[in-house]
Parts: sequence; C-alpha cells; structure tokens
Amino acid sequence: MSAIVSRDPVGVFGPDSHLSNEAGSIVTTHLLDVDGISKSFPGVQALKDVQFRLDRGEVLALVGENGAGKSSLMKILSGIYTKDEGTIRFEGNEVEIDGPRAAQALGISIIHQEMNLMPHLTVAQNIYIGREPRSLGGFVLRERALNKKAAELLKRLRIDLDPRQEVGELTVAKQQMVEIAKALSVDSKVLIMDEPTSSLTASESETLFRLIEGLKADGTGIIYISHRMEELGRIADRVTVIRDGRYVGTLEKGSFDVPTIIEMMVGRHIDENARPAVIDTHGNDVVLKVENLSTRNVVNDVSFELRRGEILGFAGLMGAGRTEVARAIIGADPKSSGTITINGKVVSISKPTDAVRHGIGYLSEDRKALGLLLGQTVSENILLPSLPNFTNPLGFVQPAKGKNVAKRYVDQLKIKTPSVQQVTKLLSGGNQQKVVIAKWLERDCDILIFDEPTRGIDVGAKDEIYALLNDLAARGKSIIVISSELPEVLRLSHRIAVMATGRITGFLDNEKATQNSVMELATRGHE
Amino acid sequence: MTTSTPPTPTASAKNPEQINPPGGTERRPIGQVLRSQLQQSLAFATLVVLIIFFSISSSSFFTVSNISGILLSTAVIGILAVGTTFVIITGGIDLSIGTGMTLCAVMTGVFITDMGLPLVVGVIGGIATGALMGLINGLNITFLGLPPFIATLAMMLIAQGLALVISGVAPIYFAEQAFKDIALGTLIPGLPNAVLILFACAIVAYVVLSKTILGRYTFAIGSNEEATRLSGVNTRKWTILIYTVAGIFTGIAGVVIAARLGSAQPQLGTGYELQAIAAVIIGGTSLLGGRGSILGTLIGALIMSVLINGLRILSIQTEWQNVVVGIVILVAVFTDSLRRRREA
Repeated sequence: MSAIVSRDPVGVFGPDSHLSNEAGSIVTTHLLDVDGISKSFPGVQALKDVQFRLDRGEVLALVGENGAGKSSLMKILSGIYTKDEGTIRFEGNEVEIDGPRAAQALGISIIHQEMNLMPHLTVAQNIYIGREPRSLGGFVLRERALNKKAAELLKRLRIDLDPRQEVGELTVAKQQMVEIAKALSVDSKVLIMDEPTSSLTASESETLFRLIEGLKADGTGIIYISHRMEELGRIADRVTVIRDGRYVGTLEKGSFDVPTIIEMMVGRHIDENARPAVIDTHGNDVVLKVENLSTRNVVNDVSFELRRGEILGFAGLMGAGRTEVARAIIGADPKSSGTITINGKVVSISKPTDAVRHGIGYLSEDRKALGLLLGQTVSENILLPSLPNFTNPLGFVQPAKGKNVAKRYVDQLKIKTPSVQQVTKLLSGGNQQKVVIAKWLERDCDILIFDEPTRGIDVGAKDEIYALLNDLAARGKSIIVISSELPEVLRLSHRIAVMATGRITGFLDNEKATQNSVMELATRGHE
Repeated sequence: MTTSTPPTPTASAKNPEQINPPGGTERRPIGQVLRSQLQQSLAFATLVVLIIFFSISSSSFFTVSNISGILLSTAVIGILAVGTTFVIITGGIDLSIGTGMTLCAVMTGVFITDMGLPLVVGVIGGIATGALMGLINGLNITFLGLPPFIATLAMMLIAQGLALVISGVAPIYFAEQAFKDIALGTLIPGLPNAVLILFACAIVAYVVLSKTILGRYTFAIGSNEEATRLSGVNTRKWTILIYTVAGIFTGIAGVVIAARLGSAQPQLGTGYELQAIAAVIIGGTSLLGGRGSILGTLIGALIMSVLINGLRILSIQTEWQNVVVGIVILVAVFTDSLRRRREA
C-alpha cells in the first residue's frame, strides 16, 4: 500500500488537498484540474466529491468497478452531463462545460465507450461531421476537400482506412479507429478514451498505444479508462481509482501493480459472514448442462453445469458476455454452436417459448421494459405465462381461480401490496422483482436465470431478494445469478463462473472465492 | 482459484478483423456498391419491366400522349414524395403532406381569386403556407418532443379542417389562364409544365441532398441522431429546417394541383400522403432512416403511375389498382428488410 501517494477517502484534506499534497508549495497550472465533483440522478448519487488532475503529455488511467462513476465523470467533462457541484479548471482557469460544443471549444474530445458514429455516412463524413469544408456561404459541401483532409489525417495517424468507405460496412475494430481519428481531428488538448481497446485485438491495441505515445509527445493529455489491468503498466503514467462514485487514490508510474489497483477498486468492506451456507451441491443431479455454447459476436465456447439446488453466479465486467450467454441459452439470440442438455436430455431451444416449455425462466436485467407489464395488476402479471391454466373450456379467463393463486404468492414471497389488484407500477423495485419471480414459479420453471436481480433495488430490499433466492435453491430450484456487483455474487453463489471477453476464464467455489480472485479472472485479457 | 479453468485454445481467429489481412487497403468491391443500391436498382428494373410489359400488352401504352399523361399524373405525387424523402431519411415521417397540399391550394385560391392579388404573390403565398406548416411540424417534433407520426398526424387533421373552413367547403376557381398554364402549359411542346416542375424539384432536391450541408445532416440525423448531436451539430435546428423544406415541396405541389385542376378542391388530398410515402419506400429510402435517394423516389413515383395507367389501359377495374399498389409496397419493403437483415 506504500504505492499510494495521495489517498483521501474521507475528504479530511478538503477540496484543495492536492495542492498541499503534491506540488508542495508551488501551485502549478495543470492542464486539467477537477475537484469536488458531485452528480446525482434521481435516486442515485453517481459521483461524490471526485477529484483528479491531468498534465500535458501524460496518460492518466481512470479505473474503477462497473458503476463506480467513471463514465459519468467523463460525460461531465465532455459536456453531456452537467455537474451538480465542484470545479473544473482548464489550464488554470475555472470553466463551465455546458454542452458538447463547449467541451469541443476547450479542446476536450471524447471517444465514447458506445459507438457514436453514423453508420450510413462514410469515414471522412463521420470524422468531420459538423466541421465539413464548405463553400458558397457555408452551405455547399466540398466533398473532395473533405476526403483529402481525412486521407491526410488517417495517414498521419497511420490508420489504414479508405475515407470514402461507409462506416457501417467496417468491422467494429475499424469503426473504433474512425472514432479515434474523429476525436483527434480537432486539436485536442485533452483526449478521453473510454475503454478504447475493448473491441480491439492485441495488435490493434498496440497500434493504438503507439498512436497514444505520439500524442503524448505532442503534449496532449490523455484520460484513459480501461478494465484491462495489464494495459495500464504499458501506457499509464498515473492511475486514479474511484469507487462507488468517490475518489479513492492516485498511484504514480512505477509504483502501481495490478493487485494494488484491484484492491483499491473493490476495497469496500464486505461482511465475510454474508456467504451462503456451505451446501455441497456437487452430488446433486445436473439439471442444466451447457456445452461449447457460442454466438456469432460475443459468446465464445462456454461450457458449464448447473445442479439441482445450486446457485451458480456469473461474474465479469461489463461486456464480458454474461447476459449474452443467458440470452443464447433461452433462445433470445441465435447460437452459432453448442448443445444444451436439461435433465439428461438434449433439447433444442431456438426461441424463448422453447425455454419456458423446458422450464427455464429468464428474469431480465431490464425488469421494467422486459419483465413486467407495469400498467397491469399484480395478479395479471403473475398469471400471464400460465394463463391457459386459468381459462374455462371456452377460453375465457376465470378471474377467481387465478386470484387465489396470485394471493398465495403474495403471502409466500411476502410481496408488499395492498391487494393482488394493485397496478405493478406502484410497487417498489424489490416487490416488482418478487412479482416477476412469482410469475416464473407459477409457470413451473425449475431453472431460473436472474440477470442483475437487485438492480435498482434499495439495500434493505436486496436482503429480502437474497433470502428468497436462497430459499428457492433450498427447495430444489436451480438458479443462475448474473451480477456486476461482486459482493452480491459472493454472497449468493455456491459456485462462481467468471467471464472475460466472451469466455469463461474460471470457476471458483464460494468458500475459496474472494473479490480479488474473481477480479483477477475477470480482467484476464486475451492473448 | 480452484477447479477447472477451461483451457484457452488459440481461438483468436474468431476475431473478424483478422480475416482481412492487416495493412491491406480496402477497396469497395462492386458487389458491395450494388448491394447498397440494391433497392434502387431493383426499383429501376421493375420500372423497365413494367414499361416493356405494358408496351407489349397494349399498343396504346407506349405513345407520346400516354407517356406524357403518365408523367403529368406523376407530377403532384412526385413533388410530394421528393419533399418527404428528406423527412423519411431522417427516420421521421410526414403525414400532413396530403391535406397540407390541399390547404396550400386553397390558400393560393384565396390569395389570387378571393383577394385578387397578383399571380406571383398568390403562388408564393401558397408555397409559404406549406413552409409554415413544415416549420410548425419541426417545432412540435423538436421542442415539444412529439413523435413525428403524432405531430404530423395532428397537422394532417388541422390542415384538412382549415382547408374546409377557409374555402367554405366549396371549390375556389381560378379564372386566369396564366395560372392554369403553370401546370398545363407546354414550354416544351408535348410536355406539360407540371412535369418540368417535378424535374426541377427533383434536381434541386438531389443537389441539396447530396451536395449541401443540409443533405449531409439529413443523412447524419437519420443514421444516428444522438451521435450527430454529440458531434456538436445542432440537430434541432436542422430537423426543423428539414421539415420546413418538406413543407415547401408540399406548397409547390399545392400550387401545381390547383393549376392542373383550375381550382382548389378542399375535399381532395387525403390519401396523397400515403401514395407519396409509398413512392419513397418503393424507391429504396429506408423508413428507419439514414438511407435514401431522390432518384429512387422519382422511380418509385413513376412505378406507381405506370402501374395505375397500365392497369387502366388493360381495362382492369380501378378497384384492383389499389390491391396491386399495396402488393408492390409489400414486396418493396420486404426486399428492403431482407437487405437490412443481411447487414445486421
């Protein structure tokens, strides 16, 4: 821990701490000096008193777990969000960045994590969108000049692309290169890269790193967000860690190593006792067996077994392919290969209806859009997939019969609602989740796949959901839990499958798993 | 770290970019170019096949007077379709062009016949009416955040109502031959002026769409509006402008139809918007935005006119014409979705 130069987790040094901390008595003007930034969204404090500084010609890596607030912070810098509190000093002067144009004017460019290109336009048209060479009062495009300019830029950056090619026809990696060229086409003083290598191969990443070194030499300050720990040693000059929307600390070049960074990233206190009771499910029947599952884009040769009464956790970083595995299993996305065996029988699942027929219930991470009919009542939601069981021979729904079943679930799962006739929109997040669970239980699903089961649910209600899942497992249901929250995975899962870049990088038994060991597997990049 | 860590085979060849040898310059293969123009090429082939088919079926089809008649009947739908091509490329829709055209025709009648204003003023007034409607559509979509379907559906009803109210539910006749000549005069012998206006509109629209900043942003907004906005483009401003441009073409169509009929018919207009949108779609413009062309739209409008004219010459009941046009739309959109599925 000696590596940590400035660590101010509780803010004792106050907003100006870095001045006394680092530069001694001389207050130098940094290229960018960000201090005390707070930002909240309805119900969520995304950032709280975050600080960092960036100098000319350096690469500052910004790291943190999913949801730590990195992207929000960068969106503030690039003018997409406005901060609630805090100051941003650019070359010593305090600035307000109130829109993408203001950021552009300062020379702050961002390469977004999600693609921000116009697929129907060409490479050149994308790079210079909004800044096209024009004539005749700025109305007529000078397409030839545009293509020439783009060709020169691409040549200078040593990016091998035809400026006239339509971007939608390029591979994801090449599209990423277009994004980079776009960001570099303005004279950027600050360049923000949000996981630029997430879709690049090793050799393409190396090209990018050389490009970054060239930019550093020109004096550009680069903020580099990455989940790939092994890259940081290669290109970062300093590493700033944030966690849960708060500043944790900054490590200087030569003094950071991966274990230290990971420890700072996940370092929240977790209750070691909050683990599932050690249940040995290894002897139970295999309920679901997935072999060599792949999809066209993401999932790469995934195999695992799920036993009766087992909770199998899927951990991994954003984009590791966990949700994609679930969607491929239930037939929501096409599989390119793989076999699925349920209770010893190979089954063919090509659409979600097949999955339900074979007793697999999928509880989407986007509960509100995909899991519930928010405008309908609790009872209607619970009965929806099993409606044919509640109709008379003529096909009319028999409300009384269904109502009793719905009531039973409300009692059993302790759903807090005034009645089964309550509209689900009015329930809390935790209770809505319980309605979704009830729905799949009534449909006789023995395999339940939970994608982010507690997203948007407050802390108190989380415990109830955890207890419910444990109870379901104890009663013989087999459960897959996909979660981005490590403590949640550790707390729930009997066994943990860790994914990175579309493949399973390892399985961990709960009693031996730690946040660090999971993180280590999750950040294992491909060779 | 216990239990089985599956061996990591050297499956890095999975990465699609490694299929292309690194460093190789990418040329656009001709097949790719053709495919991106597939819809338009298909539409053109369809048009040629239709013309050949009807020419063989009936000797009265491929005659100067019939071809001229087809072009004349294409003019109004064509002008509307050209204007709405802009809107559809942005991923929007404009349902107000049909009844909007009627309102523009009525306003032209009010200016010229009722108020006795000079022809030029009346024509400009009619076109300005269209521009104003487009402007309001654009404002409603950008500032009130209404979906284009809703905003223009409302405008469609408003325009229809206003046309009826203002005209007193009676046609407004134009006395001056000079006004009727706007559509029916023949600057080029044998070719009605309305057709020239259609071609002029198409050429202007083509230039604007492919050579100007307005055209570029039309495609950019349709391709990815959020990305366009984040690139620092004022997408609201351009969206408003694009709907206004569509409104100007609506106004021109209103003047042309009034001139062609010699009167402003307040009850006309409903259904024109759907025919125009159909022409745009048959011509290969994607309803999802980002893709489209004026040439395609022109071909689409011609396909509809040729089809209707040809069926009439073959003495097929008018009732069947809509059925055939409907099938053509289904086929056109189906081939479009096939192409998209291949892209995805």
